[in-house]
Amino acid sequence: MIRDLVIVGSGPAGYTAAIYASRAQLSPVLYEGSVTAGGALMTTTEVENFPGFVDGVMGPELMESMRKQAARFGTELITDDVVEMDLKSEIKTIKDGSGNVVQARAVILATGSAYRHIGLANEDRLSGRGVSWCATCDGFFFRDQTIAVVGGGDSAVEEATFLTKFASKVVLIHRRDSLRASKIMADRALNNPKIEMLWNTEVVDILGENKVEALALKNTVTGELSQRDFTGLFVAIGHIPRSELLIGQIDCDNEGYVKVEGRSTKTNLPGVFACGDLVDHTYRQAITAAGSGCQAALDAEKFLSH
Amino acid sequence: MATSKVTAANFDEVVLKSSIPVLVDFWAEWCGPCRAIGPILEDLSNEYGEKLKIVKLNTDEESAIAIKYGVTSIPMLNVYVNGEVVKTIIGAKPKPALLKDLEAFI
Repeated sequence: MIRDLVIVGSGPAGYTAAIYASRAQLSPVLYEGSVTAGGALMTTTEVENFPGFVDGVMGPELMESMRKQAARFGTELITDDVVEMDLKSEIKTIKDGSGNVVQARAVILATGSAYRHIGLANEDRLSGRGVSWCATCDGFFFRDQTIAVVGGGDSAVEEATFLTKFASKVVLIHRRDSLRASKIMADRALNNPKIEMLWNTEVVDILGENKVEALALKNTVTGELSQRDFTGLFVAIGHIPRSELLIGQIDCDNEGYVKVEGRSTKTNLPGVFACGDLVDHTYRQAITAAGSGCQAALDAEKFLSH
Repeated sequence: MATSKVTAANFDEVVLKSSIPVLVDFWAEWCGPCRAIGPILEDLSNEYGEKLKIVKLNTDEESAIAIKYGVTSIPMLNVYVNGEVVKTIIGAKPKPALLKDLEAFI
């Protein structure tokens, strides 16, 4: 059986696309991912800026609601990973981790992004041994310790603030002399007595035999090298698009983001649409991802009606 | 068989003195990736439970054991053979990747 539409990815973009597409009677299949279902919001805490939630909402709770809303209109949700895609042919073929194959006339890509790594040799070796990308997962284990967060955007500031619940001290290491984070969040961090700012500094090595013991640091202005003891390092330096299955068959820019036509969600392949963080260098918000998921569903619906 | 819960009171008996390899899932209620791999571990336990016993340790309730085994990141899966940790898997992974990591035990 050839389906109308398969949606790959289950953050705000994927679920919103599914809500619109299922209401348009396209009976979409949505691949949620086996361990990534719900996307980036699953590892956040309070979301305070999603319109309609006056008192904020927990990230996982918001995603569970979107998921239920997609299911309510008939989206078929599959909690598995897509491992192979053939998008060039008129009929698209998607293969999942269990070996099942689904064919469809249109595909919406909403695979989002993954955490960016610093790129240090010791980073992967000490991953889970003091190096972490998820404060809400791992912060608990650093109770009464001195830990570092690297980054300067909203997620770094949010992680640093969250970690003060557990750590005795959180040092926020940023390579510039001001934060990129939104003012309300930056002020919250700068006024937090448990957070110390280390400006103009980058992490050049992570030291420790079996666990993180110290960081080698470099001042980005003077070039001066130093070392400081930490038991944990939380990395929050942004994201990279999860386009590894797409490279070579669809037009991406040199950072791996899928290219779309103008203000639409159309890729260079007919019947293939992309939305959410997979295409977005700039805004990367839950609400903008949801908005582009809606656009992708409308674009796909229009494509299928021809 | 389904997974079972392990605590400080029965850790020695269930894990360290087991005659077959034991996988301990260090997890917590508030950890999204831990909840994501929960159903995968149930599947593995149903399929391979005869060879590899799978048990769950709640790090909020049993923090002393979590600290003893140096947990700083969850989910963390430790495989114990004859009371010794022989394999550590950190972070949520899809089922095929976990099967590959555990192929020596199943």
